[in-house]
Formats: sequence, structure tokens, C-alpha cells
Amino acid sequence: MTDVRITGVGLHPFGRFEGSTGTDMGVVAVRSALAEAGIGARDVQAAFCGTAYGGIAAGHRVLGALAGTGIPIYDVEAGCASGGAALQLAAASIAAGQHRRVLVFGVEKMPKGIIRSSFFAPWQEAAGLTPAPAYFALRAQRLLVEAGLTVDHLAQVVVKNRRHGVDNPDAMFRKAVTADEVLAARMICPPLTLFMLCSPNEGGAAVVLESGEAGRGGVRVAGISLRSHLPGNVLGEDSPLCGIDDAAITPPTTLAADDAYAQAGLGPDDIDVVECQDTDAARELLAWAELGLCAPGGQAKILADGDALIGGALPVNPSGGLLSKGEPLGASALGQVVEIVRQLRGTAGARQVDGARVGLAHVIGRGANACVTVLTQ
Amino acid sequence: MTQRAGQPAEQGPAVDVTGGGPLCHSPRVALRPIDPLALRIDQVGPTLLGGWSATSGLRHFPPSPVCPFTGADDVQPIDLEREGTVWLHTAVNVAPPGYAGRVPYGFGIVELDGTPLLRIVTRLDGEGLAPGVRVHLEGEEVPGPDGEPVVTWVFRT
Repeated sequence: MTDVRITGVGLHPFGRFEGSTGTDMGVVAVRSALAEAGIGARDVQAAFCGTAYGGIAAGHRVLGALAGTGIPIYDVEAGCASGGAALQLAAASIAAGQHRRVLVFGVEKMPKGIIRSSFFAPWQEAAGLTPAPAYFALRAQRLLVEAGLTVDHLAQVVVKNRRHGVDNPDAMFRKAVTADEVLAARMICPPLTLFMLCSPNEGGAAVVLESGEAGRGGVRVAGISLRSHLPGNVLGEDSPLCGIDDAAITPPTTLAADDAYAQAGLGPDDIDVVECQDTDAARELLAWAELGLCAPGGQAKILADGDALIGGALPVNPSGGLLSKGEPLGASALGQVVEIVRQLRGTAGARQVDGARVGLAHVIGRGANACVTVLTQ
Repeated sequence: MTQRAGQPAEQGPAVDVTGGGPLCHSPRVALRPIDPLALRIDQVGPTLLGGWSATSGLRHFPPSPVCPFTGADDVQPIDLEREGTVWLHTAVNVAPPGYAGRVPYGFGIVELDGTPLLRIVTRLDGEGLAPGVRVHLEGEEVPGPDGEPVVTWVFRT
């Protein structure tokens, strides 16, 4: 397979930006990625834009603000994994020999409050069956029972990620919090308090992908996989109204991870740094097991040993995660990739994970859509 | 596997099924189910409508043209059990978009009686909600998608 390399990355910070449109934020991220790659908007052969709330032809609006080039522009929606899906399609277009250099970006300007989703039928909304935080809470309740965890462990995840976020100038929340503060915050849906849930927000992220011949060095996309769900889990991100015994049903994150590991010829033990979906604190702990980074029930020891902190054995979410950055759906997956690229280049500054050579980015969300990307130096 | 398979109950006249609670209409007014494919309202009360496939041996909710778990296409309509056990529960304190009923409200997963296992997403109500607690199906009036009152379901202790 042709080597696919990332030769430029760019971000618009994640947060709330009155007066800026999603297009504005996309332009900032794209310009930055193109500049890093040393090229202009006319030097790519295709563009892939991830967005969930950006509306029709969001990618065209961003590129149209830079250059009308006549190239194909693909607008990709895959919920929380929109940017990952765009990256997967873009990498495949290079691996297939269709293009030698493409642009991938994600933009989002989310409404405030609980996210409304056209995923559900109007009657399901009217019946009160679509409260996203309550689904996260039920998943958390189950994890606490099955993995032998407590709310203190959930708080420790938030403390970890917010500590990491202090050093991320692109994060929305840059103030460290204590476990007591996390537990005392407003209860949203038990056991999840306000601080245990990420904030939907706004932002942009972009990467330039090139084929191995064209790419001058760069970080290699060693494996990338987008997967949906197998049926049966009532708490799955496909949000069914019913489910069966799901003990033997492989979750979408594991499907994507196994595929990405196989493409890369690597396994969980080879990973040096991880950015994973922390929509809520429990979602991160679930991801550790689903990605094979720990055995089911192994989360408590990792937290106790500080392994997931920068400086630990396997730092997770050194960017501060979505709990610090917020989650602009279309941009969040590429934001993770930008962080991993910087970690592998050794340019992550105060957040640098020493000796990081292999990194993994993971998103999971409604659909279900899970995307796992394995990046190597 | 009790009375459910192959028992599409006859459609009776719509009646009040809100159990005479605070949300019941007085005088009694016939209310529509929030979704006629998922819920039936008649003299017996509310009934959750399901599907059952002999090939997969699995129940599901609401009825689907094929078994959502196996793809088997021999689905027949069934009435689902009205009683079950709480598996997981939480509370919703802020009305989600598109919902105009009461808040806060209980929310969770109920394991319906019968085998094999069938878990249902549901609102929950009543004292002492906890995993393992027995609950039963009731109707509850809420504003429908068009603002007109309809009956949805809740499992109550």
C-alpha cells in the first residue's frame, strides 16, 4: 500500500467564538495546515470536510473562501466521527493512487445546550427518550458495576484531562480542577456531574495528506478504520429502543481498533500516546478497554498508578481531551490527529510525551460511528 | 415465552389509561398513543408493541420488518410483557430538545419479563427506583410532537 503521510496540520482553537462562522474557523485551520506543508490551496487535488451541523456544502464554503480550484470537495457527516470519516476517505484516495496530495478538514459551530439530533423520530423526542447525557449516564452506571469502579474514578479522569488541558492554548477550559470540585459540580444525570461531561462547542482542524513519494517525511498514517455497530447493545451509540444480551457483541470501537492495528501491523502494546473519546469521563474509561489498552476492569489500577498522565506509562488525552477542549463534532477527530502529529514530531511543548513514536486517535459517536487512527513517526 | 407470540390484540376504543393520576384527563378524553406502531391504548391499558422472530427466537421493540438482531424476516407482531425489572436508571433534570413533559423524570433500562433477555429504553417513575426493582407499564400524557396531548409509556415501581 502507498504510504500516506501527514505533512501539515492546523487548528482553530476550540471554544465559543461570537462573530466567527464555521467557515471562518475552517479557513484559519486550513491556512495553517497548508502553510506547514509549504503549499497553497491550489496545490491539492481533492478536499474532504467533516461536519455534522455545518449544513450543505460546508467544505465548499471554506475552500471557496481560499481558492476556487475545481477540485472535488467531499462533505462528510458521521456524527462525532465526521472528521475521522473524512480522513479515512482521504487516506484511501491516496492509497488507491487516485490522488497524491489532499486536504482534510473539519469545522463546527454547535448550538448551545443539549444537542438536538435529526437522528431521532419526533415522537421519540416528545416521549423524552432522547436525552443524550442520560444515555452517557446509563453507560457510566453500567461501567461502574462491571469494571468495579466508583464515581471517584470518574472524577480522576476529569482531573487528569483538565490538568493536561492547562498547557493547551487551543483548549476551551484551561483551569485544573480537583476531584472534590468535580464531584460537587451540578448533577446532570447521576452519576455524571457537569464537569464529567464535555461541552459541545466550536472550532476547526485541518491536515494535509500526501502520498509517500510526495510527502517529505511527515507522520505516517499507518492504519485508519471507520466502523459502525453490530446490533444488540441497548446502550450502543446506534441508540436503539431495545437490546438483548450483548456480552458477546463486539463494540464498534473494538471493530475499528482491531482493523487499524492490523493495517499498521501493530498492537495496543506498541502505542505510546492516545487521544480518545471522552464525551464523558466514563466514555474514556470504556474506550481504554475497547481499544485493548487495558483488560476490562483494569482501569482502576491505571488510574491509581497514574499511567494515563503525561509522564506515565501510556498517556491518554495529553491535549486535555474533549473534557478540556470541548467537542466541535466535525473538528474533534481531526483535532485529536493534530495533537498526535505534534506529539510524534516532538513539538507538543509542555504537553510533550517523551519518546512518543506511535500514537492512536479514537472517536465514537452516534450512528454508531467509531474511527481509530494509528499514526507513526 | 408466555402469551406473547402471535397475539396481536384486537384494537379497542381509546380510553383513559393514566391510572387516575395527576396527569389523567378529567373528564375522560380519548388520547392517541405517541406512536401507533410502538404503543397501543385500549381497555387493558397501554401495551408496548413488539416483534418476534421464530428463526432468531428473539423479541424486539418497536416492531421492525426484520429481526433487528439477526435480519431474520419471519417477524410476527406480539404484545410485550407489561412487567419487568430495572437494570439501570438515572434522572433527567433538564428537558431534552423536543420534549415538553414534566421534569425531572426517571430514565433507564428495564429488562422485560420473559426469555430470552429483552431490554427496553424507558422513562421510569415511582419510589425506590434501583437496579433489581420490579416495575410495571403505565401510560402518561405528554405533549406530542405537534403540541397536542398524546399518551406515552412509563415503567413505575
